[in-house]
Amino acid sequence: MEPMGKVLAIYPEKCTGCRLCELVCSVYHDGVSNATRSRIKIVKWEAEGVYVPMSCQQCQDAPCKIVCPVKAIYRDEALSRVMVDHDKCIGCRSCVAVCPFGAMGFNVIERKNFKCDLCDGDPQCVRFCEVKAVDYVDADRVSVLKKKEAAEKITAARREAAALMAEPRY
Amino acid sequence: MALNRKIAYIDLSTGKIEIKPIPLDIRRKFLGGRGLDAYLLYNHTPKGCDPLGPENVLLVSGGILTATLASATARTHVMAKSPLSGMVGSANMGGFFAPELAWAGFHHLVIKGKAEKPVYLWIHNGKIEIRDARNLWGKTTTETQWAIREELGDDDVKSMVIGPAGENKVRFANVMTGIKNAGGRTGMGAVMGSKNLKAIAARGTLDIKIAHPKEALEYNKRFIDQITSAKVNQTQGTLGTPFIWGATNSWGGIRCRNFQYNQELYCDDIEPEAIDEVCTETVGPYHMAGCFACQVHCRAKYRIPTGPYAGVYDEGPEYTSQGAFCGEPDCRSMETLLTGNHLVNQWGLDNLETGSLIAWAMELYELGILTSKETDGLDLRFGNDEALLEMVRRIAFREGFLGNALAEGGIPASEMIGKNSFDYLIQVKGVSNLHSDERATPALALNIATASRGSDHLRSRPAIDLYHLPEEVLRKIYSNNPVPYDGPLSSEHTEYAGKPWQVFWQENCYMAVDCLGICKYHTTFLGATLPNFQDWPKVLYYNTGLEFTPKEIWDVAERCNMIERLFNLREGLTREDLKKGDMLNHRYFDEPTRRGAPDVVGRVIDREKFRKMIDEFYGYKGLDENGVPKPETLKRLGLENEPSHLL
Repeated sequence: MEPMGKVLAIYPEKCTGCRLCELVCSVYHDGVSNATRSRIKIVKWEAEGVYVPMSCQQCQDAPCKIVCPVKAIYRDEALSRVMVDHDKCIGCRSCVAVCPFGAMGFNVIERKNFKCDLCDGDPQCVRFCEVKAVDYVDADRVSVLKKKEAAEKITAARREAAALMAEPRY
Repeated sequence: MALNRKIAYIDLSTGKIEIKPIPLDIRRKFLGGRGLDAYLLYNHTPKGCDPLGPENVLLVSGGILTATLASATARTHVMAKSPLSGMVGSANMGGFFAPELAWAGFHHLVIKGKAEKPVYLWIHNGKIEIRDARNLWGKTTTETQWAIREELGDDDVKSMVIGPAGENKVRFANVMTGIKNAGGRTGMGAVMGSKNLKAIAARGTLDIKIAHPKEALEYNKRFIDQITSAKVNQTQGTLGTPFIWGATNSWGGIRCRNFQYNQELYCDDIEPEAIDEVCTETVGPYHMAGCFACQVHCRAKYRIPTGPYAGVYDEGPEYTSQGAFCGEPDCRSMETLLTGNHLVNQWGLDNLETGSLIAWAMELYELGILTSKETDGLDLRFGNDEALLEMVRRIAFREGFLGNALAEGGIPASEMIGKNSFDYLIQVKGVSNLHSDERATPALALNIATASRGSDHLRSRPAIDLYHLPEEVLRKIYSNNPVPYDGPLSSEHTEYAGKPWQVFWQENCYMAVDCLGICKYHTTFLGATLPNFQDWPKVLYYNTGLEFTPKEIWDVAERCNMIERLFNLREGLTREDLKKGDMLNHRYFDEPTRRGAPDVVGRVIDREKFRKMIDEFYGYKGLDENGVPKPETLKRLGLENEPSHLL
């Protein structure tokens, strides 16, 4: 079988909340600095210091694609992404309403939707994020890393238990 | 375009709001940020005005590059006549407020008058509204910010606010945005309080067109790589500014017990690594946060591990908090450090000034100049953690004789306390010194003595002087960059030769950074390899389309520094005046350091050599021996007609 292609992997715990990704996204796509035009957004719980980058998951069975009444949304399998044909788009915002991640934006000036297009294979948010809270990796790596993380916890617990057992008892 | 961001004049007495463009010739002379604020301050405040009266003008701004791709354009600048020094009041903070203000259409706010009742400003896409803030009065800094978001129904609103200390017009109350980003120094919070202005809230969705987006993106990437490859920034990104405290304390450059010692001993519990451990335990392995678009991420997140505030979330502590709650009052507890940091953040006090003044009061108490009568029974010994935190509360709420006296600032408090208390006050121009000890470092001593906002390390400190860099490296930075200099430059931090030039160069470097609106960790401050005059013209051009040479940026910086000088002179700056001059406390000259490394211990500043350094520094600035600009200097800088009232 063919490999599954790369995906945008998000690690919220690593995010420093700086929003450089929002800035470079809007400059790359629209030539302007404007966070509300960004395809990626850092959602924050400032009072607890929790920051979560939110962007399009490029769903396989994309709700936006299914709901679109004029079939303007399609999958580009070469880059494993969901794309919008703006010549067909009528600006009805059904996709905005149905997206479970809030990843479909709507430009109030141009009256069109906008979403992450993975910058044609070189996502700028990833390129500029030094801590790699957003990364662009082979699809299978995402779960491998998660597995490793979980396995590490189990190993640590085992080691701790072993150390406890080894302690002399008086 | 960055260049079409507006300036707004807001009169709180009448409710009148006027919005104007910023002309290009003004931009070319002052750029924006602190530089243009200084021009506005000099032009809009009447001579001798009461800093806490309605005629004082509060200026809020972003730099010319705010929210563009210049890396770390997070800084908000706040300026007014200082209620602490009676001279230039100026504070600069990170966070996310200035970019939001720029997206809302504004670079500069000029706020005059006094509202009848508590109000806040709501700035949204070119519009400014004065709103009722009676329900916000009395709230802490974060409570205020969350309440504004709730009232406006928008979680993306960014506000700069004051806490109870600002409302109580504590003369070193700060302005806060976010959890811990503080425009700390010189009492800008008190000025807001005096105007009944609780907060300024902004939210914007207006485009800032980037002149050359492709080039800006690529150059920014290069810029970021340069900045994050500097070891000093990697350390900042792991330990935050406490690493500076750790490094300088082990060497003997930290003020301890007010000014009795220059090193804190037995303090493993509050070293940067210990703080890092608490952050890791209470927040997790990734506990560093960044300001807008900054890849240095020097802001640590923590929860207070023990004590009455156990579990409470906050950010920092910066190394100024280590000075305020550890070194100066001689306390060594993590709980005190993190709790103290939380209290000043919540109540809106400048941690640096607060800690410094309490340490001064502690020394007076131990000397018997203050007794338990003045402290209302508080046992204000050095090392008394509980007394320290209680004093913070009394200052914020002006409780008791001493709480109220210290809230007035060092010099007025010394007059209220009397005797020879002033002799022990470690200040310049009425503003407390940082918790660093400069007796072994003439360059840093010259810096704090001549800084425009009173004793300060962020106006002209050649911090890399402590690195003992080879002379070739120093030449690369300080000679012909962009103006010629072939005088001496010394790697030795105890030297006097060459230091005045370094201080002069840094003064212009930091002013340029403050006009552009970027953070000092992105220039020649702590790292010798970081961007400066040669790099900024490209950043300016790609982002705004404006063409500047390095020398032209230098000229702007020199001009803006001179305007601050003019303001201070108008408000009474006199060269050797201990309260209003470019002068240090006598202890710098008379009391040798008692601790530290071999090249630090036993040091004083040589009075005669110090005077010569000042002469030389004045010479570079084009001032006469009294520190007053010569007519030809004003002409060269195009300031001969100030105040010119062009904006």
